[in-house]
Formats: sequence, structure tokens, C-alpha cells
Amino acid sequence: MSDQPLSPRLELRGASKAFGEVQALLNGCLALYPGEVHALLGENGAGKSTLVKILAGVHKPDTGTLVIDGVQRHFARPSDALEAGIAVIYQEPTLFADLSIAENIYMGRQPLDRLGRIRYDEMNRWTQEMLVSLGVSLKATQRVQGLSIADQQVVEIAKALSLNANVLIMDEPTAALSRPEVERLFAIAERLRTANVAILFITHRLEEVFRLTQRITIMRDGAAVYFAQTCEMDHDSIVARMVGRDLSTYYPKADVTPGEIGLSVRRLSRTGVFRDISFDVRQGEIVALSGLVGAGRSEVARAIFGVDPVDSGEVHVMGHKLKLGKPATAVRAGVALVPEDRRQQGLALDMPIARNTSLTVLNKLVRFGLISGKAERELASQWGSKLKLKAHTVDAPAGTLSGGNQQKVVLGKWLATHPRVLIIDEPTRGIDVGAKAEVYQTLADLVKEGMAVLMISSELPEVLGMADRVLVMHEGRITADIPRVEANEERIMAAALGQTDPASRKAA
Amino acid sequence: MATPPKLNLRFTWEAMLCVVLVMSLGLGRGLSAEFLGTANISNLLADFTEIALMALPMTLIIVAAEIDLSVASVMGMSSALMGVLWHMGLPMPLVVVLVLAAGVLAGLFNGLVIVRLGLPSLAITIGTLAMFRGFSYLLLGDQAIADFPANWTTFGISTVGESFLPQPFILVIIAAIGFTVLLQSTAFGRSLYAIGSNQTAAHFSGVDVARTKIKLFVLSGFMSALAGIIYTLRFSSARGDNGEGFELSVVAAVLFGGVSIFGGKGSLVGVLLSLLIIGVLKNALTLYDVSSEVLTIVTGLLLLSSVLVPNIAERLRAARIKRVMAAKAVAAR
Repeated sequence: MSDQPLSPRLELRGASKAFGEVQALLNGCLALYPGEVHALLGENGAGKSTLVKILAGVHKPDTGTLVIDGVQRHFARPSDALEAGIAVIYQEPTLFADLSIAENIYMGRQPLDRLGRIRYDEMNRWTQEMLVSLGVSLKATQRVQGLSIADQQVVEIAKALSLNANVLIMDEPTAALSRPEVERLFAIAERLRTANVAILFITHRLEEVFRLTQRITIMRDGAAVYFAQTCEMDHDSIVARMVGRDLSTYYPKADVTPGEIGLSVRRLSRTGVFRDISFDVRQGEIVALSGLVGAGRSEVARAIFGVDPVDSGEVHVMGHKLKLGKPATAVRAGVALVPEDRRQQGLALDMPIARNTSLTVLNKLVRFGLISGKAERELASQWGSKLKLKAHTVDAPAGTLSGGNQQKVVLGKWLATHPRVLIIDEPTRGIDVGAKAEVYQTLADLVKEGMAVLMISSELPEVLGMADRVLVMHEGRITADIPRVEANEERIMAAALGQTDPASRKAA
Repeated sequence: MATPPKLNLRFTWEAMLCVVLVMSLGLGRGLSAEFLGTANISNLLADFTEIALMALPMTLIIVAAEIDLSVASVMGMSSALMGVLWHMGLPMPLVVVLVLAAGVLAGLFNGLVIVRLGLPSLAITIGTLAMFRGFSYLLLGDQAIADFPANWTTFGISTVGESFLPQPFILVIIAAIGFTVLLQSTAFGRSLYAIGSNQTAAHFSGVDVARTKIKLFVLSGFMSALAGIIYTLRFSSARGDNGEGFELSVVAAVLFGGVSIFGGKGSLVGVLLSLLIIGVLKNALTLYDVSSEVLTIVTGLLLLSSVLVPNIAERLRAARIKRVMAAKAVAAR
């Protein structure tokens, strides 16, 4: 970073790309130099993914030029990009689960002996050397099945390096990683950078940008709008350029006196997943369930809602015992769950917005056994405008919306049930800054109206900003119950890593 | 947010089916002078009674991203059972009730195995296709029972008053209306689309996926048994091999009607139009003395076109929009 090389490894100028009637990219520009980690920032829908896919040879741009090492190039297919030394590490790696790490890395180009047999010894040795050089303790012969997402990303990185890639594009690699896993990834990125690899790093977490990157490109509305050295920027100046407007109060914490107990969980256990989970959420209160990914937080939420089974324990909603095991029962009792994976669990992407919204309240829309399409669309429009949904029509398929707007549809379909208890799992995962602020505002408004909110979140700023109390889980158990005034990053992380929090056990 | 409902004149599969129907009617008229005669129209309608009765629940099942390939076997088993029970000396109304109950049980079996074991309906119903057909041969062997009471068999072949409408076809009309309402405007129907387009999300939304699927297969079993009864009365013959191979025609009619094999998309209006087209084409070609082998080829071609035509149309549309948008992007800079 001190000695800025003269010519970029890769330069993209004026790239545009349309899908159907959507102009995904209007003016994509990027210059990547060897030996730098470069942050690509922007709200969802700003065109980052499209730009990445153009660099990866997945999409052919409608216009624009791509120059690599001073030579203009056209990628017709992903293999062209790989040949040019560009590799993409996606958020969710796509590996063959039944094959070993080495087999995955050398898929389709295994070293062969004279009889055409695969030289496993050589393949495994090369792979092991690469894994060691990345500083990870994985075995080349290990099957990919059962590896964490973080480990699978490492395998993808090793695969890219074995192909002599010197441009690595990481598309939101940290979104699904725990803290230590993020640290390990950063260490790997730092190693590669000193080995003169150019890394393009996409993330929604600004603290990671300051930790890891040297330069940034900010995109907005399909165009690259700002280039800078990371050290010249701060949090607010980046956010302002991403959204193109001022963000006033980011976490609108409402001052509400908690009321009756809305949700009460007692000694909930499921063998091997979580045990002895007890807590209360009062009306008008936001309780955050924090901890590392895999600590069992989402599983507790799904068990309360009846999607996952439980072995023992009780749940009471507004003082009434809830029969566990069926989502329909939980919905009738006044529980709503906004799930963590909105594309898989939250929405039927091919179905119109209106029909997604009505799915939870079909029985309430029925007159003489028939559903009124008009009432259905009115319901969707009503929740759409309440939640500031940006959509041309409620007849559009939910899949055509951006992540933030999809999240609003999921929120709308659950608020339409008029729940007493709202469980919201990763409320702002993968959504842009503007939509995040709107989701926070919605949560604050709901709490004012007396909603009991259980919020699962991996983002500490969000937990500290929104929660009245923070419960921390570690390996299936609650290890801390911290009131808002005492909550800080250190205490939450300590509990998440399994150190019991002496001050809070008696409270729980 | 609120947009006024506007008239949508874009290309739809249903609109295309209407055009094809008119063309097939024209073809029929061109090939044979008898085609539009009362007797022939009556034949034409009577001939697809069973296929239609089974295609209605099949549409719902395919919308929910499942399939029931055992329908024709349940139909055959019902026909055989009907013969056996009648020969045992039971009164006809009781026979009908018992046969329908057997159909419900067959559907319940399919549904329970698929839901409880979490296995794909394609595999399970291929198994029960063979199994139920086997039962029907066990019941009747290769014999046929033909001595059903005349007042029942005349129902199978007479028309409503002096009109061209065959009496069994009344059942098709009632069922078609019932199923259309069920699929398009009830909570049950809505949840089928949700299950077909994303089963996990439907489950997370409080839809009882397991119970819904069991209901679907029960419905299918019931309608297949009804088809078996009608078929037996129309031909006044209960046989173990009745309806053999009909499942292919049923699935073909549903897919040609625009229902997506991947679930989540399609309407009964399309399926009803597709049934009419297939009925008209078969009838017209038969009048023209075209062999049954050729008819099978025509069915196959319809099935292929139901997959290929929307695909090609979508590619053409995408290519056109892409050109327009590229021009706009250049202009916008």
C-alpha cells in the first residue's frame, strides 16, 4: 500500500448490463492493483453482484471495456476469466460434498500417471502444501461433507490459487462466518496480499473495510460513484456516499416501559442442539439472542415456532401454554417468525407479492369459503405502504425485489397476522443501509405498540443499538443475560466464546 | 402502491390454447362433414369423461409440485372391484359407495407413504401404479363382468334430454366448476401454489404441508374411482385392464394446459381448454381414419410443445428486451 504499483492488474470501464427490463448496471468502473485489498461497497441492488459476475465471465456486459494487464479482453464464459487469473469466492461455496478436499481442488484436471490413473499421492501432497501455506489445519484427504462454510471457503481459495489466480474476488465472504472464522479469513487475505494477489472484497460490514482494505470503490444505482483510499474515509462518510443522503438516527431505540410477559420459555431442550433454555420477553421489550453462528440460536427460535422438534420444556405465550410442534398452532397463539433465510424459508419467490403477504392470513381473507382477490391485494398494498415497500405493483413476483424489499414483504406477511410475539432472525442480513434503517424503525414502532420482540442477530452493533436485554448463547446454552446499560462488545463476545458471565446467571 | 386493475392483453398460454382450440375445430370440420353433428359432439365429450375427471385433481397435485401416476390403476382397480361386488349380490348404490371408499383408501395410502416417509411421489406412485393394477387383475383375472343393471348402464350412454350433452358429462362440468373454485379461490388452493413454489416457506408460514398433500392424494383416489365407475357403466364392462395407460393422457392434458411440472404455476382454465383440444383432435383424426399409433404420436407432440413453446417464447422476449435496454443504457450515459 505504501508503494502503489504503476499499472492496474485489472481495469473495468463503463460496463453496463440489463436483465429483462431491469438495468442492473449502468456505469461499472473498477481498477484493481496487485497487492491490495480493495473494498467494493454499495447498497443491495447498487450493481455490485452484476459487476462481479461480469469480471467472473458469468455475464457478458452490454457495453464497456475490460482491460487485464494492459490488454483488452472479452470473457465469453467463466473459464475465460479463470484463465486470465480471476477467481471468485462466493458466499456459499459450491463444492462436491462427497469428494475429498484434494479431489475438489483438482476436479477435472487431476494429475495422471501413464496408465491414466489418478495420482492421488501427488494430488494430496500438493493440496496439503497449499493448505499449510494458507495457515489452516485441514487435511487434503478429508471429505468436504461436514466442513463449515468457512472451511469450504478456504477450499475454494486453495482451488483458486492452484489455478494460479492472482485476482481473488470475495463476494460477502464473512456474512455467514463467526468471529474467529472471520479473523482466520483476514489472516489468509493478508498473506495473499503480501504475495501480490489483488483482492476485491465485498461486505456490508464497514468495520471489516477499515480492518482489511486499502482502497474502496463505492457504487450507487448501478454506477461507481466514489473512489478513495480507505484511510481517508470514516464510517459516516462512507455510509453517506452509499445511500446518497444523510442518515439521521440509525438505531431509533424507543423508550418503552416493559409490560406483561409476552413470551416465556422454560427449560427448552433438544438433544445435541440446545438445552435448558429459559427466558422471558416482555411486551414492549426487544430481547436479543446473540452468540456465534451454530450456537443454536435459530434452532431455539424454530423450536418455539414449531418448525423444529423439541425433547422437553415449555413455552407460554401471553400466559397460555403453547402446544409445540406445528407452526399453525404458534401462529394462532400470536407468534410470528421472520426466518433467517428469506429466500428459502420466508418467501415463495415466483409468487406475487400479494399472494406472499396473504399466505399467513388466508383463513381471515375468506368470505363464504372463498378468497377475495381484492381484499388480498388491499392487504398487501396496506402493509407495503406501512413498511415503505418499493414495488411497482403487488402483482410482481417477490423474487424481482431487492433483498431489503423482500425482507419488508416477509415482515408484512407476519405483521398481517397481528402477532403478540415477533421472533425475527437476522433482521437485516444482506440488506442495504437504507432498508436496515427502515427495519429498525419498524421494530421500534412495534415495541411502542406493545410487541414482544425476540431478535436473533450476529451483528453486534445492531444488538447493542436495538436490544433492551442481550441473551448470549454458546454451544446450545445461554451463558449470559445482560441488560442494555451493561452490554458491550467485550462482554457479549466473552459469553459467546463460552466464558460464563457471573453477573448474569442469577438473573436468568 | 395501489394500482388500478388494468386490462392485460399480453400473451398468455390460455389465450394461445383458445386459438389452438378454434384451429382444431376448423380442422375437424375440414376433415369430416359429420364432425359437427350432434352425435359426434356427444361422442367427443363422452370420450374424455374419465381423463377429465382424473385431470382435475392431477392439476392440483402438479401445482403442489407432486404427481400421481397411479390414477389409471386406481381407476382399473375400481372397475374390477365394482364387478366383483356386483357379482357378490350387493345393491348398486352400495357398490358405488364401496368403490368410491376403496378409491379414497388407495389415495390415502399414496398420501401417507409419501408424507410420512418423505419420499418423492414420482417413485411412490410408479410403485402403486403397478400394485393397484396388480390388485385389479387379482380381483377379476382376465374375465369381464358385463351384466350390470340396465338402468345404470343407460346413464353411461344417454344424453341429457334431446341435447348433445352426455349424462356422465354433467359430472365433469360439476367437478370442473368445483375444482376451479377450490384451486383459484380457497385457502386450500392458495396453499397449493405456495407449496409448489417453495415448500419450506409454506411450512414456515403455518401451512400444514403434510395434511394438505394427504388431502390431495385422497381427492385423486376418489376421482379416479369415480372415473372407473363411469367407464364401467359407459362400456358396461368391468375389466382389470380398464384405463390402462390413461395416466399418460392425464398428465399430458395437465402439462399442455400450462401447468408447470415444477409446481407453483398453472390454472384449471388452461387444463380444461387443453382437454377440449386433445378431445377434438383425437375425435377428428379418428373420423379421418387415422390409426391409434398416430394418435399417440399427436399426444406426445402436444406434450413436447407444452414444454418447448413457452421456453422459446421466453427466449425471444428476453432477447428483444435486452436490445432495447442496451440502447437505453448507452443513451443514459
